[in-house]
Amino acid sequence: MSGAVPILSVQGLLKTFGGVTAVSSVDLRVKKGELLGIIGPNGSGKTTLVNLISGFVKPNGGEVLFKGKDITGLPPYRIVGMGMARTFQLVKPFYQLPAFKTLIVPLCSPRIKAVLGGRYGDRDAIALDLLEEVGFERDSNVAYKPAGSLPQGYLKRLELAKAMALRPDLLILDELFSGLSLAEVASIVPIIEKLRFQGKTIVMIEHRLKELFRIADRIMVLNFGMKIAEGAAGDVMASEAVKKAYLGSEAG
Amino acid sequence: MLLGTLIYGFVNSCLLALLAMGFNLTFGISGVANFSYGAIYIFSGFAAWIFLNSAGLPYALCVIMAIGLSATLGVLIYHVVIKRVKGLALSEVMATFGLGLAIMELFRYFDFVGFKYTLPNLIEGSVAIGDVYIDYQRIAVILAAIALTGFIYVFTHYTRTGLAFRAIAQDERTALTFGMDSDHIAALSMGFGSALAAAAAVVVLPLGTIAVEGGYDVLLNALAVCIVGGLGSTVGILVASVLIGYAQTITANYLEPHWMMLVSLIAIAIVLCIKPSGIFGHQKELEERI
Amino acid sequence: MKKRKERIDRGIKVRSEDIFALTSYREMIYLLAPRALPVVGLLLFVPLFSPYWREIFISTAIYALLAISWDVLVSVGLISLGQSFFYGVGSYVAGALNHYWGLPPVLTLPVATIGGAAICTIALLPVLRLRGIYFSMVTLVLPLMILRLVEATRIFGGTEGLTGLSPFPGQLTEMYIANACLLIALFGFRRLLDSDYGLIVRGINDNDRAVMNAGLNIHWYKTQILFLGAAVGCFAGAFGTHHDMFAGMPGFALDYSIMPIAAAIVGGTGTFAGSVLGAFILVPLSEILRALGALRIVFYGLFLVIFVVGIPEGLFHYIRRKYHQFERWVDVE
Repeated sequence: MSGAVPILSVQGLLKTFGGVTAVSSVDLRVKKGELLGIIGPNGSGKTTLVNLISGFVKPNGGEVLFKGKDITGLPPYRIVGMGMARTFQLVKPFYQLPAFKTLIVPLCSPRIKAVLGGRYGDRDAIALDLLEEVGFERDSNVAYKPAGSLPQGYLKRLELAKAMALRPDLLILDELFSGLSLAEVASIVPIIEKLRFQGKTIVMIEHRLKELFRIADRIMVLNFGMKIAEGAAGDVMASEAVKKAYLGSEAG
Repeated sequence: MLLGTLIYGFVNSCLLALLAMGFNLTFGISGVANFSYGAIYIFSGFAAWIFLNSAGLPYALCVIMAIGLSATLGVLIYHVVIKRVKGLALSEVMATFGLGLAIMELFRYFDFVGFKYTLPNLIEGSVAIGDVYIDYQRIAVILAAIALTGFIYVFTHYTRTGLAFRAIAQDERTALTFGMDSDHIAALSMGFGSALAAAAAVVVLPLGTIAVEGGYDVLLNALAVCIVGGLGSTVGILVASVLIGYAQTITANYLEPHWMMLVSLIAIAIVLCIKPSGIFGHQKELEERI
Repeated sequence: MKKRKERIDRGIKVRSEDIFALTSYREMIYLLAPRALPVVGLLLFVPLFSPYWREIFISTAIYALLAISWDVLVSVGLISLGQSFFYGVGSYVAGALNHYWGLPPVLTLPVATIGGAAICTIALLPVLRLRGIYFSMVTLVLPLMILRLVEATRIFGGTEGLTGLSPFPGQLTEMYIANACLLIALFGFRRLLDSDYGLIVRGINDNDRAVMNAGLNIHWYKTQILFLGAAVGCFAGAFGTHHDMFAGMPGFALDYSIMPIAAAIVGGTGTFAGSVLGAFILVPLSEILRALGALRIVFYGLFLVIFVVGIPEGLFHYIRRKYHQFERWVDVE
């Protein structure tokens, strides 16, 4: 569907906190069905950008268009209702309750009712199915363990499941791979591939460049709140601006 | 009438600022909402009275001892009660509120009730400005408010402890990495706030009697000023005090005295609708808290 | 050899969570007993008391309802320091309806409950978007200000209040209505907070950002909970009005604000049963201590501090733990 309206379109997005410009006139266009990776050194404004897009922070300027509609400044629940979902870097589930209970909350969202055609369905069953999809082995009953007792690998999958539960068309994953071993990352990648196969668009903020480059279609680089490069992974990493951002300029 | 309103309005504003200063500071520095503030205010008043009337000490000494005692009480409350529940909003509020209640009603139980409980004016007499008579005590209120504001400014900008206060108020985590002991600073902020309450009491109580109900009133007014001006902002308190102070005086002089409380209510209502965190408040609204 | 204390669920608790509970009388009784206790106690035994003690229990029921109302608000993260606001509004609405328009209690009670709750919710709506401390501050300030307003403007009877209102038909009826509504509130809210709806509410309390992210409008949920809590409080006020046959400034008194909180904290926050338990301990106790005058409030204040700092979980959690678990010392491995 080339030439069609991009599923996400960001123009001139600006955010300042006091004297600091966190995001400075960022433009971004995400095609439906692609996997875009957003990278950049720490403090480059990646998470703020996601917060601006998903409605958690109101921008000082610029606009965000989702599926062609202006969502700038809308509250998060409205944006989720339109089909966008995001994960958080720091996963904070219901520590004492069984893991699958954490998924009940998103399954109560009006979005679910709209997507399933007017009914919510059996939330407990849907939650358990979702967890199985993200790799909670059914016969080990991991889904019933208290969420606070889960190791990081499972917590990250739980966070992913929370976003998937909302049946989004656009998924924004904020540092999903952080804190995971190579094996754990390798086991999550098939889940992401499956989501792409289902036609979902995915945006991933990552520090794990090698793992990201294997699955991303396009890469965008941020530094000090500004976009400094965009394109295929190889081109982007060869760019002088990106090298300077990550490694610093050479003396002399 | 106009001159009188102008002058007495200013007195009222300074009075409100004095009352709110201590509560606002404690919260601004260490995030502790000290709901025993009113009790400490009354405590210092009665303490000064006891030193003066039962021990017969010179008044200046009574004042100093009362302020010192209140500061100590504040620090004690922190170490015994607040420290154990710090961080849990509900418990902090309940514990300080319960303690304040116990202290205030204890005075009532021991019969500290009646017109004989009052503090002497710092200066007797009055002066005429135009055709308005104003007593020196009320001028003292104005001077005290200005002096205390100045003192707070100098203290927080030029002394080590004061700068530490501001550091923790701005960013507790970073201040901790600089080796500041947040517990210690919080205790000091309680002491500081309590001392301010005592200072306010000594200046304001001579205008009336030391009554337990006054304790509730003080908490009420301090909260109203803080809500309107914005918790944690000294400038906000000053602005809010002027706004509410003048609004109250104008209402009392041109309408009816008992509509004064309505003024505070309306001020709160307006602020909550337009800028809920207060005029100069920097509490981010829910959506802004990432 | 170092030892540590180990807590294990009792055998009967484990069995009663499974299919055994349906087939064995022992397990069934184990599950039913704690639930039947308040029902039987309130509806069967209390009517057997003398009229003086029945009065006490009506008063206890009113405070217990206010404590449940407080607990409802706390479950979503709103800490109310002014339960007397709800009581007073409910009281005045019922009183006004009865005094000016002659409506009987059977009508004033529901209207005051729903209408009063609407008024309270609208009044507190602006503060819902802010941090919890603002809600606490405003709820503390509101009833105290309304008191002064009533005193000054002399509306609704001013300082004398509205007197000579219709009573209930008989003390026994009163008592049954009070206790029945208390039980409905107790079991109803426990059920509600255990459901998926309750999960959302507790989620908002725990991590509101995550619930927002889950596509839910947290402000709407907070408003709903505020309305529910206010309704219970207003009902208590309306009920108390017809019980005392009087509506006036004492409806906004500090007592109605503090006692419910003390009861909920002593009994255990977040459990509703704890609120009821706390009320049933504190109110009769305060009657016995009535001779001490102002010392009563001193006592409450200190009680609050000691429980908040020392036994934060509350009595109900403690009792429940003892009922479901046993402790033993084991060697540290």
